[in-house]
Amino acid sequence: MRLHLSPEDVAFRDQLRTFFTTSVPQPIRDAVAAHHELTKDQFVEAQQVLNAAGLAVPHWPVEWGGRDWTPLQRHIWREEMQLANVPEPLAFNASMIGPVIATFGSQAQKERFLPATANLDIWWCQGFSEPDAGSDLASLRTTAVRDGDDWVVNGQKTWTTFGQHADWIFCLVRTDPTAERKQRGISLLLFPMDTPGVTLRPIELLDGGFEVNEVFFEDVRVPAENLVGEENRGWDYAKFLLGNERVGIARIGSTKRMLVEAKQHARQITAHGAPLADDPWFRARIAELENELLALELTALRVVANSADGRPHPASSVLKLRGSELQQAATELLVDVAGPLSVASFPGADSDVPEWAQVATPSYLNNRKVSIYGGSNEVQRTIIAGSILGL
Amino acid sequence: MDFSYDDEQDGLREAVRALLARAYGDGEQRRAAVAGEPGFDEKTWSRLAEMGVLGLPFAEADGGMGAGPVEVSIVAEEIGRVLAPEPFVEAVVLAGGLVADLGTDAQRAAVLGALAEGALVPAFAHAEIGTRWEPVARSVTATEAGGAWTLSGVKEPVPNGARADLLVVSALVSSGDAPGDTRLFLVQGDAEGLTRTAHRNHDGTRSARVAFAGTPAQPLGEGAGDSSAVVAKALARARVAYGHEALGAMETALTTTAEYLRTRRQFGVPLSKFQALTFRAADMYVSLELARSTVMWATLVVDADGDVVAAADRARLQTSRASRHIGKEAIQLHGGIGVTAEYTVGHYTSRLTAIDHLLGDGDWALSRLARTVDEHPTVDPLA
Repeated sequence: MRLHLSPEDVAFRDQLRTFFTTSVPQPIRDAVAAHHELTKDQFVEAQQVLNAAGLAVPHWPVEWGGRDWTPLQRHIWREEMQLANVPEPLAFNASMIGPVIATFGSQAQKERFLPATANLDIWWCQGFSEPDAGSDLASLRTTAVRDGDDWVVNGQKTWTTFGQHADWIFCLVRTDPTAERKQRGISLLLFPMDTPGVTLRPIELLDGGFEVNEVFFEDVRVPAENLVGEENRGWDYAKFLLGNERVGIARIGSTKRMLVEAKQHARQITAHGAPLADDPWFRARIAELENELLALELTALRVVANSADGRPHPASSVLKLRGSELQQAATELLVDVAGPLSVASFPGADSDVPEWAQVATPSYLNNRKVSIYGGSNEVQRTIIAGSILGL
Repeated sequence: MDFSYDDEQDGLREAVRALLARAYGDGEQRRAAVAGEPGFDEKTWSRLAEMGVLGLPFAEADGGMGAGPVEVSIVAEEIGRVLAPEPFVEAVVLAGGLVADLGTDAQRAAVLGALAEGALVPAFAHAEIGTRWEPVARSVTATEAGGAWTLSGVKEPVPNGARADLLVVSALVSSGDAPGDTRLFLVQGDAEGLTRTAHRNHDGTRSARVAFAGTPAQPLGEGAGDSSAVVAKALARARVAYGHEALGAMETALTTTAEYLRTRRQFGVPLSKFQALTFRAADMYVSLELARSTVMWATLVVDADGDVVAAADRARLQTSRASRHIGKEAIQLHGGIGVTAEYTVGHYTSRLTAIDHLLGDGDWALSRLARTVDEHPTVDPLA
């Protein structure tokens, strides 16, 4: 048991902090700080800056760009990125398909995809959810039928985040409709988004943004070599992928930053004749959230240290569950600080409503997603009840 | 930062767990222990002494084991796990801790060695009617005449106050019109002018009304100044140790509840078939693990002698919220049996409720933390 960081870890953190705040272009970090949606070019530029410094995929195997860091170092890396408003490496690449290919892919797939995935030369999107397969993902109905050297894919995916930017999709497809358990007949295919037969329809969200899409497949021909691992073992890879997704999903540094913002903005708002920041109830709300966030961060530190062989600790469900709740609580707090200003979401250039107040409610509404994606919070409760409490 | 225990610490946990399992392996043993005075089992106390547990945090020169807050936390957690009524946190961490902090060489030698051997049980007499969780005395006063001190006033409720062989008492020392310093005094259990009346607490432990009427007292330590900062820090350390006791109790309350959901059948199926119930159990687990991380961290802050008071407030807030959540849900998910005295789970809720109010509750800690939110941009445990 030891409280403090070792001198090596302090040096490590300082080095990262300096890099993130000096080498990642300021306009990109300003856009993140202002809760703006980044352009594709900004995402790519930021990730390539990180990758050139060996900071895009430190959790990958060393031969593919990993750094063999301790779990604590990875935590520091992620925290410092978020605190410095650096966009994190694209999750679909760095946290999802990259580790899957590195673990289960063929040598040819590794060589073909991993360097380009780390550098965001290929932008991946996720073909998992379907209209009738949300939390019950294993019920997916998109099919792939073998025809010569190809798989022929038909069906539909949905909630495909940034599908409009994507070059490739990693896609769960049913390859054995006769399998006894529905989990057993699923495979993981990789194919370009410009393959004939792939069409995309954007879905507008509550905040007016278009970050998710429906993707339709009509007789899409995918070469057999683009199947990852073994046929009909795709469910195992999906579970591996989703487990990795949960660890990084708590977004503690990002929530911390929102609490900092709330405190700053509350100085500019008058309530009961005094700055809102001095209101005892407001301060109590901040203090409670700061404490909840501290508890979550400490739990993250405790859980990552106990994750063996890169497999997530079952308690990582706590991180997803509580992390999403606290992100939502922070966005809700910002709406409350904005108060009456919070309704003016899309004013013109002549508006005096400060920008943070304009984006507060759209961000709050958009962030309802975080307790739904990555395995909904109800799925996380099912995991805790089942695999931890034996219920 | 490292949350793992070493082999010696694991060994301590196993040894204490085994000892307490013999003493309180089933709920009936505890019920018997708290039924009679002094509200705990003297034999178990002696066995804890023989194991060295009662001297853990004290210097070897004072008759202790020279261990640290991590070892203390391990014992407290095991105490909580079986709801052992022995006053480990009260006597060792709090009362003993104050003597270790302030006592003269002679006082430490007289008190701590005897405490470690199980021969002397001290208690901290601090609470006064109408005050809550302050590090100062308000109504009990100390007066000096001819180099001898006497105390007057009433302390209540004083945990384990009637059984204690020695009282560590906070008292107000007034000089002229000044508001007065809080200083600590030692009062022997058989002192003249000392009246103690024990009463039973809802959790089975005992408290006392302790009245001083010109009672002879010995100043603790040599300094003449105000001791409230020392008291504040000692209370903070005890809050953290109570946090571990609460963690042990919460864990048992949760595992007992999960076991009940697996085995109790209604509507022809085990209760664990009902998602409305299993989700609530999952939320209890979330509360427990978040509290565990915070309390373990606070113990590390105590170990490193960092900002112990603030860390204890943070642990207190998290533990208060968690223990109320888990305590209430543990009973609800059991149904009527959870409210009976015969079944164990309700006693866990009772003890958690007592711990929550002995040294400061969650809202009290939050109120203190709320005053400091401007003093930092973020709360950073790795700073």
